[in-house]
Amino acid sequence: MSKIHVTTTVNGDTVEFLAESRDTLLDALRDQLGLTGTKEGCGTGDCGACSVLLDGVLVCSCLVLAAEVQDKQVETVEGLATGAELHPLQRKFIEHAALQCGFCTPGILVAAKALLAQNPDPTESEVRFWLAGNLCRCTGYDKIIRAVMDAGAEMRGAN
Amino acid sequence: MRLHTPKTFEQAVAIAAAAPGKTRFLAGGTDVLVQLRAGMVSPDDLIDLKHIAGGKDISATGDGGWRIGIAVSGAELGRHAGLVADWPGVVEGMQLVGSTQVQGRATLVGNLCNGSPAADSVPALVTAGAKVSVIGPQGQRDIAVEDVPAGPGRNVLQPGEMVTALILPPRGKHGGDAYLRFIPRSEMDIAVVGAAVNLRLDGAMITEARVALGAVAAKVMLVQAAAQAIIGTALQDADLDALATAAIAAATPISDKRGTADFRNDIVGVLVKRAARIAYARAKGAVK
Repeated sequence: MSKIHVTTTVNGDTVEFLAESRDTLLDALRDQLGLTGTKEGCGTGDCGACSVLLDGVLVCSCLVLAAEVQDKQVETVEGLATGAELHPLQRKFIEHAALQCGFCTPGILVAAKALLAQNPDPTESEVRFWLAGNLCRCTGYDKIIRAVMDAGAEMRGAN
Repeated sequence: MRLHTPKTFEQAVAIAAAAPGKTRFLAGGTDVLVQLRAGMVSPDDLIDLKHIAGGKDISATGDGGWRIGIAVSGAELGRHAGLVADWPGVVEGMQLVGSTQVQGRATLVGNLCNGSPAADSVPALVTAGAKVSVIGPQGQRDIAVEDVPAGPGRNVLQPGEMVTALILPPRGKHGGDAYLRFIPRSEMDIAVVGAAVNLRLDGAMITEARVALGAVAAKVMLVQAAAQAIIGTALQDADLDALATAAIAAATPISDKRGTADFRNDIVGVLVKRAARIAYARAKGAVK
């Protein structure tokens, strides 16, 4: 069967790729575009490791077909830093040691960015509920929550 | 698998009617893509309905109700102040489904058509008296939400039929609804029991009520006897006890890893009382 030609925008760049009808956005990001920051954890929308923004909405890229992103805006973890300068969330994750194996980290960073974009001053409870779909089997979450809260504080100039 | 992106429901019906093998529809995709991955379904034709105009719209109907497009996500429902004010129970049910990520894509119609007895959005849709507009090779028809599920994982839609919109009736005055579920953790789980109550007041007295239960039968169930137990009352303690007794009598739960039948029966009584109290308070305007 002929492949589907997809043109879309990823982290501000126009990209094109060929997808099978069953390919997911996650497959396309990793295997066609070489953006392997986005991880496959469960592949069924339970773990959040593959989180990306699709037209500004937080989604699991494993639950989006590659062909669905024609003419859309996709943002992945690779789009967080500005050149060599890390995003405040990335710096705070390092500062708070909010990761161990790091597999869940890209998805959590993207999810946290989406939270702070719509709620710059979330409560701890709001952060925990927002990130409930991002599983981490190493940290116990506490340092992640603190890093996100601290990044939010810095981003709104409260530090 | 052929992926189709029709621009109208008529085109979608034509594609579905001409499809020789297994067909699935795609809106939010949060069930279909999981089923594809698990090998539970292997469609020959997947019809993406999101290119049809109106799919993302929430619009007021002429009589004061709401028409919700098939691709409206849970997050979008929650951001719609008018809908939240009229049907808070419907919105809170949908917003219990999955994670933030899932809320960005998952739809009411998908949750309904997936046919899970534990679907969190369905009991409050049932108590609201919602219906779906359906189009198919035989033309159009409306189906009450409680009649859509046919059993676990099944619905009553015929081959080639698809939902074009979900219709909520006018809220009207002095009404309130609520949905509660029990899960053993605080987020991201499947209901062990779900209970929805929708009622209307005249002064302190309940004049209309509908009660629905989830996860305690093969389908989400509308429980007329439970509604009758509180109609004509001011929801005093004895009325709440009668409500719980009627709801428990109607439930036919199974025992599984998520809860025993006895436990589920107990929880039915607890949740249906709590949901009724919230719906009553909302009808009084005491809380949103």
